[in-house]
Amino acid sequence: MTRTLLTGNAAAAWGARLARIDYLPAFPITPQTEIIETVSRWIADDEMRCRMVMLESEHSMLTAAGAAASTGVRTFTATSSQGLLYGMEMLYTIAGWRVPLVLINVSRGLSAPITLEPDHNDILAARDSGCLQFHCATCQEVVDAILIAYRVAEQPQVRLPVIVNLDGFSLSFTREPVSLPDDETAARFLPAFRHDAGEFRGGRPASKAVAVIGGGAYSYFRYETHLAAMAAIDAYGEATRDFEQLFGRRYPSIECYRNDDAEISFVMIGSFATKAKEAVDRLRDAGHKVGLVRPFMLRPLPEADLRAALDGKAGIAVIDQNLAPGRGGILHGEVTSVLYGLKTRPAALLSYIGGLGGRDIGVEEFFQIAADVRAAIASGATPAPRLLYTQSELTDMRKMQAVAHVEAAGEELAS
Amino acid sequence: MYRIRFHGRGGQGMKTASRLLGTALFKSGLEVQDAPKYGAERRGAPMLAFVRADRRPIHERGTVVSPDLVLVADETLFQVPVAGVMAGVKASTVLAIASQKPENVWRDRLKIDSPIYVLPQSEAADDEIPDVSALIAGAAARLTGLVSQEVLRQAVEEEIAPYGPKAVAFNLRAAGEGFGAMAAGEGSVGESLDQGADSYDKPDWIDLDLDLAATAAPNVYAAANSVLVRTGLWRTLRPVLDPENCGKCVWVCGSSCPDGVIGVDANGYPDIDYQHCKGCMICVVQCPRHAFAAIPEQDAAEAAQAAQMAQMEGTAS
Repeated sequence: MTRTLLTGNAAAAWGARLARIDYLPAFPITPQTEIIETVSRWIADDEMRCRMVMLESEHSMLTAAGAAASTGVRTFTATSSQGLLYGMEMLYTIAGWRVPLVLINVSRGLSAPITLEPDHNDILAARDSGCLQFHCATCQEVVDAILIAYRVAEQPQVRLPVIVNLDGFSLSFTREPVSLPDDETAARFLPAFRHDAGEFRGGRPASKAVAVIGGGAYSYFRYETHLAAMAAIDAYGEATRDFEQLFGRRYPSIECYRNDDAEISFVMIGSFATKAKEAVDRLRDAGHKVGLVRPFMLRPLPEADLRAALDGKAGIAVIDQNLAPGRGGILHGEVTSVLYGLKTRPAALLSYIGGLGGRDIGVEEFFQIAADVRAAIASGATPAPRLLYTQSELTDMRKMQAVAHVEAAGEELAS
Repeated sequence: MYRIRFHGRGGQGMKTASRLLGTALFKSGLEVQDAPKYGAERRGAPMLAFVRADRRPIHERGTVVSPDLVLVADETLFQVPVAGVMAGVKASTVLAIASQKPENVWRDRLKIDSPIYVLPQSEAADDEIPDVSALIAGAAARLTGLVSQEVLRQAVEEEIAPYGPKAVAFNLRAAGEGFGAMAAGEGSVGESLDQGADSYDKPDWIDLDLDLAATAAPNVYAAANSVLVRTGLWRTLRPVLDPENCGKCVWVCGSSCPDGVIGVDANGYPDIDYQHCKGCMICVVQCPRHAFAAIPEQDAAEAAQAAQMAQMEGTAS
């Protein structure tokens, strides 16, 4: 195992290479394109044996991916943001086809206004598609998650696509030290895709993804998809146990950092969770018992593990890098529903929205969030959800609006 | 933790500089994180790259907000507010600027007490974007005092190898030059302390008010401001007219130009606004008489400069 500096995109390409993918349908979009460029270079240089096809849209790309996977070849593809949304119809469809493949999403904020920088509204728009979701916090996790994802996806009980998410910029373009598994150990962990009766074969005609009329038939297929996603919890546990044995790295479905004796827990997904770790360390230095709870697997939602991590805490702050307009933080809603019914559930459950479209979340903001939670525990009153935004950000915004000749902004600056 | 920020324009190699330094620091036994941060993702547009290095695993993410070392490849960026060159610069931050102006000029202009080092740089043509990645990386390596010249050499060889031996040789020379020029500042960059949770500046959070949609939708009501953006800097190929072959059918090239930068001069020839021509080469393809040649931007800039010099000499004599 060599330790080398890799971007998240390069790590994703290495994941595909180590998984010995057979087929890669592709369509470019920032900040994901480097993944496809890297793999295509390896194919051209004969370092990888794989068929790569450029499609004319993400909709076709996902259709091709699902169709290829249904013939029993190991399929990999990648997209981001608007691309994921453009292919959304097929995302739900291929989950219903019950085909295993891995789709990388490099998180990027959604239009409008259009941007290139990260948040999680794209990947969370796919939350209910039937595809499983793994959320990476480091470049190391990107390589490892892809291998684990194939193991889970290809389980005969599961047979669902897995989306592996990495954040644009903060992972996609950021190099970090990564321990690359060697080919042999990777192959030992992830053997060749074993076909079963569900796959297309020459000389054995079949119709797949047929139409149904009537709720009884429809419900059966939908419920089965749900049960398959739930079965992925056990499949994930088994795969990650093997992974730890071979590579020495642990992947609990919910990562807990200094959380066992914590009175307050931050809950976050994605790469900014490492910033929360840094804040936890410094809060601990200052004598505050704070920890971090980070779902790595968000679909299926490992409810038991999440409950175990959060039950009995005095207070929780859920920090969402997404926004459901008219509701608030998506993760906050998930955590709340998981805790409902627990006798010793935390009394203070605070909601923060931040880090949208590449906005930073400063370490002092984590400190202040912890202070807010302490105050809420003491007073017994939970404050309203907070949209992280500062006076200086608004002043900069008003200046830009004045340049754009937005009248109200000009008047506000003048007064 | 060491926090280092590189500022330049797209095409100057600041991403490469951050990777060269990152690899050199990693080879020197440190934990490293390096990344570019693009704005417009365009040649000539302001961009930055950063490196974090520490003895411990690095959990911090995103742009470096409180740098220990800032390197500036293009001195004109100080006048560009969105470039944010001076953002978070404190008294202990070391500055290294590629410039022909001496240190005292920069000290007067920036009005700061921080140590300032000037990287001597040959003058570039007005519309040329010189690649100074290895020069800047070599300077940064020396200023941190954490990288030996031998490790820097290994890093350059490893990172530049895919571009061929000529590129490696050029970059080795440039890195050595940058490393050598900063001898006086060796090891002058210190590690800044981490912000503690005991006392910190409370974030100036506000409750955002609801604005009317006319204000709160992403609209620009100001008209005709795109002319201020010199999109010609994005060009890598320049369409150059040979008047001998031109049939003056300007409606062909002019109407095919997606940026509308082809006008007509007093003699009826197409007149390209090179300040805004992005170099798509559609006019080169569309011209029925093949009167446009596609010239690599650097060659074209040098030729234009030589022609200008010849003209000046002619006027002088």
